[in-house]
Amino acid sequence: MALWALTLILFIIVIAVFAPFIAKYDPAAQDLSQRLKAPSLTHILGTDDLGRDVFSRMVYGARVSISVGFFAVSITLFIGIIFGMVSGYFGGWVDSVIMRFTDIILCFPTFFLILIVIAFFEPSIINVMVVIGITSWPGLARIVRAEVLSIREREFVLASKMLAVSRLRMFFAHILPNVISPIIVYAAIGIGGAILTESGLSFLGLGVQPPMSSWGQILMQGKDYIYVAWWLSLFPGLVILITVLSFNMIGEALRDILDPKDNKI
Amino acid sequence: MFNYLIKRLIYSIPILIGITVITFSVMYFTPGKPTDMIADFNIKVTSEAKERLVALYGLDKPVHVQYWNWLRRVVVLDFGSSFKDGRPASQKILERLPATVLLNVLSILLMLIIAVPVGIYSAVRRYSLLDRILTVIVFICFSVPAFWVALLLMIVVGLWLGWLPISGLTSFNFENLSLFGKVLDLAKHLILPLIVSTLGSFAVLSRYIRSGMLDVLKQDYIKTAYAKGLSKKQVIFNHALKNALLPLITIVGLSIPGLIGGSFIIETIFSYPGMGRLGYDAIMARDYPVIMGIGVISAFLTLLGNIIADVLYSTADPRIRYK
Repeated sequence: MALWALTLILFIIVIAVFAPFIAKYDPAAQDLSQRLKAPSLTHILGTDDLGRDVFSRMVYGARVSISVGFFAVSITLFIGIIFGMVSGYFGGWVDSVIMRFTDIILCFPTFFLILIVIAFFEPSIINVMVVIGITSWPGLARIVRAEVLSIREREFVLASKMLAVSRLRMFFAHILPNVISPIIVYAAIGIGGAILTESGLSFLGLGVQPPMSSWGQILMQGKDYIYVAWWLSLFPGLVILITVLSFNMIGEALRDILDPKDNKI
Repeated sequence: MFNYLIKRLIYSIPILIGITVITFSVMYFTPGKPTDMIADFNIKVTSEAKERLVALYGLDKPVHVQYWNWLRRVVVLDFGSSFKDGRPASQKILERLPATVLLNVLSILLMLIIAVPVGIYSAVRRYSLLDRILTVIVFICFSVPAFWVALLLMIVVGLWLGWLPISGLTSFNFENLSLFGKVLDLAKHLILPLIVSTLGSFAVLSRYIRSGMLDVLKQDYIKTAYAKGLSKKQVIFNHALKNALLPLITIVGLSIPGLIGGSFIIETIFSYPGMGRLGYDAIMARDYPVIMGIGVISAFLTLLGNIIADVLYSTADPRIRYK
């Protein structure tokens, strides 16, 4: 299952990278004589209300979704790993301050915070990535902290300390490799989550702005033509589902592989 | 028990203050002044009038003074008047709160009713055909965009089949219905939003229950129970279940912000008259007092949910209290 998921993701990434060669039409090219045409041989997924080719728009939309997923999660990882490691390693008041801050952020509905920031700054792909990234680290920080706590007193950490290894080296060469498994799992599932959030924002008109296209945005247009153009609502949603599902499958498979505690009974 | 409650309450004071600081700073650091909205759409407003407006809201004062003035009013639930219609923001929010709480409480109940049996079955019959099928369904529910499901349900159930209303909470003739008719009408309007808001959280919960149950089934006391000659049914329902369901308390507590966050998109799609819809409209209209009120109130509800969950947990599991 996970291999299938991985293949699918690679396939979507290839499509995103080579979008100009795969899309038959310019995703922004309007052809008002071809408005709201059902799927056919010329437009395999139909056209939208401005006569744009839905397939081409979805191919280019893959670029948005995939890059939002990866960039947002990179930001999450950066913040979450540093806060988690610092908190777990130093303990004491540093730990208290970071963890209380984490508790506070966790009290807010994330989607609400994201909506506010996006609505007040300009909605754009960069802002979407950054905002999703900086609102989803608390969970990861907690996980990393718990892992670091469990290895902090181990011999190899004490040995490195005695060898007066620099803090930076200690964190990234000694501690990080030992706490990496749950981080990888979190990242895989986080990419799926970020893609979902982006599509939700675009659906509310707060994500990527036209003429750029994203899967959520096509869905947003589609909702006004529910009665006449089902293809506008069906295909983008299906692609989002399949992509997010694949990332979650990969995350789950990694969890099984990386977590030795969960042996089969 | 009582000591634990007191400790937990004291511990939540800094969090409560933090919630207000975050809400205030998010609004303070976002570009644009709250008064721009009133002034920009009216060309007749002179720059002196603008300054008067700024002074009226105290926006010319240093940031800590502004925060302190705002906090003093928040303590008595006074978030100021809505920029849109001049009504008190807290009143607008409290009007909408019951609908959101109703939806979310029902959603939590539905989530438990489905997730508990699914999770337990999947753990007990691990790797069976049904476990595999359930796992796939759970993963799909977890990965599907909720708003897309909402769209599809609206098309199929609402429009094509015409079985259920697709927006609002009540019909136009609600006032004239009998009591039974009113309940039925409410229920009909609730079904679709309820399905959509339960999908994702049910999936997460059933996975937690599955892995929790798997952990419990590996414990020594379960082997002992089997060794005593108890039947599988007795072991699972009398011995394993109680311990496997303990983490449920915490997870339900933790799922509150997710549910409230989900309300923003679900209530917007279904035109459901709850706090989420109000919040979305307020954000779009830059109605600062309402946005800040919703931020503080939803974070406060989450905190309250977590405190209740922790206290319940400590009652159910004495080990926690002595840690």
